[in-house]
Amino acid sequence: MKSHYGIYGGQYVAETLMAPLQELEAAYEAARKDPEFKREFDEIMRDYVGRESPITYARRLSEHLGGARILLKREDLNHTGAHKVNNTIGQALLARRMGKKRLIAETGAGMHGVATATVAALFGMPCEVYMGAIDVERQAPNVERMKMLGAKVHPVTEGSATLKDAMNEALRDWVSNCDDTFYVIGTVAGPAPYPEMVRDFQSVIGVEARRQCLEKFGRLPDEAIACVGGGSNAMGLFAGFIDDPEVKLVGVEAGGRGLSGHEHAASINGGRLGVLHGAKTMLLQTDEGNVIDTYSVSAGLDYPGVGPEHCHLHDTGRAEYAVIDDDEAIAAFDALCRFEGIIPALESSHALAEAIKRAPRLGRDRLLLVNLSGRGDKDMENVMRYKASRSGASAAEGKAAV
Amino acid sequence: MNNRIKNAFAKAKSEGRGAFVAYLTIGFPTIEASEAAADALVADGADVLELGVPFSDPFADGGVIRSAAYKALENGVSLRDVIALAKRLRARHPETGLVLFSYYNPIFSMGLEAFADVIADAGIDAVLSVDLPLEEREELLAVLRPKDIGYIPLIAPNTPIDRVKKSAEGVGDSFVYVITVKGTTGARAELPPDLASRLEAIRAASPIPVAAGFGISTRAQADEVTRHADGFIVGSALVKCLAEGKRPCLS
Repeated sequence: MKSHYGIYGGQYVAETLMAPLQELEAAYEAARKDPEFKREFDEIMRDYVGRESPITYARRLSEHLGGARILLKREDLNHTGAHKVNNTIGQALLARRMGKKRLIAETGAGMHGVATATVAALFGMPCEVYMGAIDVERQAPNVERMKMLGAKVHPVTEGSATLKDAMNEALRDWVSNCDDTFYVIGTVAGPAPYPEMVRDFQSVIGVEARRQCLEKFGRLPDEAIACVGGGSNAMGLFAGFIDDPEVKLVGVEAGGRGLSGHEHAASINGGRLGVLHGAKTMLLQTDEGNVIDTYSVSAGLDYPGVGPEHCHLHDTGRAEYAVIDDDEAIAAFDALCRFEGIIPALESSHALAEAIKRAPRLGRDRLLLVNLSGRGDKDMENVMRYKASRSGASAAEGKAAV
Repeated sequence: MNNRIKNAFAKAKSEGRGAFVAYLTIGFPTIEASEAAADALVADGADVLELGVPFSDPFADGGVIRSAAYKALENGVSLRDVIALAKRLRARHPETGLVLFSYYNPIFSMGLEAFADVIADAGIDAVLSVDLPLEEREELLAVLRPKDIGYIPLIAPNTPIDRVKKSAEGVGDSFVYVITVKGTTGARAELPPDLASRLEAIRAASPIPVAAGFGISTRAQADEVTRHADGFIVGSALVKCLAEGKRPCLS
């Protein structure tokens, strides 16, 4: 299997985790050659997740923008409401095959936690989810969902109390319980073989989308656009088009309140090479090599590192990585609600915002494929809070101007 | 070429005891207190000091060392401060083995060549990086070797013996750090029952001295371990003493 992507990736873990990682690698290697594993995966994808997910042409939005046509890959329509479940089903099947009795996971926005709790219920396995205390607060509905599905949620109060700290705590659990516990990592980050394995499970997005584009439009899209926190939905989309050089691959990082300060989560655009959670990657860090607390209006993009393969695709130029800030993401969120009747996740709104920027500069014959990685029900309260704080701020600015 | 770590283990052996390796999170509760604690540990017979670099994401550590690391970071202590402290300790304690103990990112972030230069200048004997296993360590070892600085490999309860051999090769003036339990750092009431046979097997496979750590907080545990190992490592128990305002020692 691939452990490095150019200079990125690897297995920078405590020695106690080397044996479990090697065990996992061997099990995955065997599973992916086994037609029965694939059959079972495909069956659950179809009968339980509801795949395939459609591609929707965003007609009113595209016509309003007056340029390229925007297509949405509807991962928001999956069971559990996001792409995350593609990966958790794959990993849970593998865990069962390996005879592991217990699932653990980290979660940021809570979507991966919900997806893990879901498969744990489906397979009858106990599940514990680590979640930063700040995320527990700002994603309360997902916490309730996990509990309802029978998972135990551990709020993590240490450090910045967000996704990276949740991942630290999950690693501590795993190092203590690796004999019977399977760690379900939610993104294409972490030590090998996770980046490759998670990409493989998510590649169903890109493989389907490619076929659907050809069927529906008789051609490939000009650009495939997806948001990047850790980067699993983007790697899943890109996987379908990686060998089609004519398809431009565009990752979109969270610009938060702008790249000039520390209030963003754009690891590729604003970070430098480092090592965190088992991988060499682009990392938001201080001069002394401590990891910086990230910020984005979207909890799911709020991670200081990024999947190693993305760093490599950036270096080779095969993919480009743009930045969308909070305001642009919220505007895109609104636009999709009003023009298409679809409430997108704030994460996916970043990808959509990039497409909205690009579409007017391109002709109507161009196709921009956006991965709508999740639905936005979980974000309602955040969006309202964000708007309230912005209108408060602009009222204050207005007064100052007077 | 100096062999302070080798000599420290040899000296302990000649005195019929195991070498005492003492870990401190530097900067906790303050950098001055760490310096005083290091002096006290040397006075009380520590053969090797492990100087812990505080890191923002201590994912291999238990609660005691994590809290200490966060406090040290609040105090503004970084890798450079730890190295500067090492240099002062070296001036006062010419024979004590000094190990720089860190997660990999602070080291990597400094630049490997620059890192090797400054730690050589400070008189550090060896480096231990928590998250730099056999597969990934060569880039660091390549800059340490020309400076005669050792690298301390970690051995876990689930590390196969052939991997122990590979891990203990080509690491210079060093010892093997045997992690006694699967888990994070911190005191344990009991050490695993098969530890004695495990330590003997590792000893047979390792060309360098073998020291055991994780979970050791009492003199009795240290004595038990050193019947089957060349040394013992105490970390959390010492940091806990400092948290309670006491002189760092075994109970």
